[in-house]
Amino acid sequence: MTRRTGRLRPAGVLLLVVILAAVPFLLASYPVSLGGRILAFALVVVSTDLLTGVTGMPTLAQVGYFGVGAYSAGLVGIHWTDNLIVQLAVGTLAAGLLALVTGVVAVRTAGIVFLMVTLAIGELIHQVADRLDFLGASNGLVGIPAGTLYPGGEPLILAGYTYWWALLVFLLGLTVAYVVAKSPLGLSMRAVRESPTRLRAVGQSTYVVRLVAFIIAGAIAGAAGTAWTAQTRFVSPGDLAFSVSALALLSVVLGGAGTLWGPAIGAAVVFLTRDWLAANYFTGHADLLLGIVFVLAVFLLPRGIAGYQLSRRSDPPHSGAAA
Amino acid sequence: MNPVTATDPSVPAPAASAPLLLEVEGLTVRYGALTAVDSVGMRLAVGRRHALIGPNGAGKSSLFAALAGAQRTAGGQIVLDGQEITGHDEAQRAKAGLVRTYQHSNLFSGLSVLDNVRVGVERTEGQPLRPWPRRRADRRIVEAAIESIERVGLADRLNAPVSALSHGERRQVEVALVLACHPKVVLFDEPTAGMSAAETHHFAALIESLPDTMAAIIIEHDLDVVFRLAHSISVLAAGKVIASGTPAQVRDDPAVQEAYLGSGRGDEPLFEEVSR
Ligand SMILES: Nc1ncnc2c1ncn2[C@@H]1O[C@H](COP(=O)(O)OP(=O)(O)O)[C@@H](O)[C@H]1O
Ligand SMILES: [Mg+2]
Repeated sequence: MTRRTGRLRPAGVLLLVVILAAVPFLLASYPVSLGGRILAFALVVVSTDLLTGVTGMPTLAQVGYFGVGAYSAGLVGIHWTDNLIVQLAVGTLAAGLLALVTGVVAVRTAGIVFLMVTLAIGELIHQVADRLDFLGASNGLVGIPAGTLYPGGEPLILAGYTYWWALLVFLLGLTVAYVVAKSPLGLSMRAVRESPTRLRAVGQSTYVVRLVAFIIAGAIAGAAGTAWTAQTRFVSPGDLAFSVSALALLSVVLGGAGTLWGPAIGAAVVFLTRDWLAANYFTGHADLLLGIVFVLAVFLLPRGIAGYQLSRRSDPPHSGAAA
Repeated sequence: MNPVTATDPSVPAPAASAPLLLEVEGLTVRYGALTAVDSVGMRLAVGRRHALIGPNGAGKSSLFAALAGAQRTAGGQIVLDGQEITGHDEAQRAKAGLVRTYQHSNLFSGLSVLDNVRVGVERTEGQPLRPWPRRRADRRIVEAAIESIERVGLADRLNAPVSALSHGERRQVEVALVLACHPKVVLFDEPTAGMSAAETHHFAALIESLPDTMAAIIIEHDLDVVFRLAHSISVLAAGKVIASGTPAQVRDDPAVQEAYLGSGRGDEPLFEEVSR
């Protein structure tokens, strides 16, 4: 099985961005706010794919770093400034920093042990959010003011505006992920995935490659968290529950691991199934519905949504900087 | 006739003043109660190719793993080009110039031939941790990788994933990747195993064309290849070097005849004469 980063076609990408940007003009307020939350979740899933698909480190911790970003943005909003750019910067930095501290230990492990360690990290962050009073404990963090883009600017209250902010953060995060995947670091990450022993035999420390990838992915998940807070203006411990981590990992598989854009689409499918299809038409059967989606995916799209695309277009192999 | 025996495991210094690239002393590997490599010593001068032969299970691959730093040792000392590297980990030893290939091909099999070799070039000449592309620097790396791939004769398979290559082609990628690491000493573990006769011939020519600034140790079962390539030979049996010397010395060593053929069959020629 060859997994490769999807190729960006400028015209197609532009069209997709225009369509995504037009959503607030086309849909009512509720679907637009749902779309904004999907974008935030999709960015978490992209960060999960950067580790799982590109670097070969399946992880359950990304929702935890998402939570760090979301709570940081909320705290900044309540206690310091409603400026969204400051909140984005602080949330991204805080998540990246925690990814560094926790990654120093976590990336020493690999495979199932790594998966378990990241599960523990995610649960730990979840528990902390659930217990600490200044984070609102189990009630969640409330009273977050609407964000602004510049000092004295209009607060972004309407769903269309917060959606656009989420779209901007999503595109920013996705671009970072693509740039990293195209870089020499991206090559090292794919090499770690394919054969860590060989990479060491070439003279490259796999530990360092893994750690840097872990920090970047954590920071991207943190950025996604700030986009979430900007829309919901409320963060609850339930947003970082284990079930969300599991859905993020499953979205990666559904979308096609290692392609970045595939998992973003997988995230949308999963989120829509749970929060729209299940909520409106099959009330109370979200888990069953998700189960059916995954079973169907395993049989119909063994290489994920992106795999279906790639095999149909039969792209020439991705050759990195030479392309 | 002056066979070098186990009591004197060092390879006789070859050319008069050739400096030593690799000096190994007392290297020992234990797997529990089993001593797979038993106090092995060896010396390798610049520009030399040394063959390591011996029956299956003799400890040849274990010796390589220990030299490369992938296997914990129970003792011994390794000096590479005058620098003590016994305390180095695997990546540090490769960085210092001691690079190995694996008995069972170990490559980045999902990546293209070009990307495989790029990994090596990026490590030696580039910035393997730079998280953004840089057009000129990256193109330079690609060009160096292509050069290395052309040298092993795989230029037409540049973009093929390694998983789609034949066994022989994979071995060629191994060599290209190893060369991209700017090694001082290369350890080849049974490089021609499973190759066709033509591929073996091609591979031997490739090894002969390596720059004489480096040195190589080759584990090899094909004695034609051994006699074609090796300046010197060590014979390993049950973890011990039982003979070491020039090809002629080793060929006539009674201990080698014993290890290879068992007693009482000394009338059969162990090594056929190889016409060069
Ligand atoms: N990882 C290991 N754990 C335990 N025993 C091993 C291991 N690797 C090799 N051995 C044993 O050590 C001995 C030497 O093996 P090896 O170095 O592969 O020999 P060779 O390469 O000469 O065939 C054999 O008896 C083998 O069974
Ligand atoms: Mg072996």
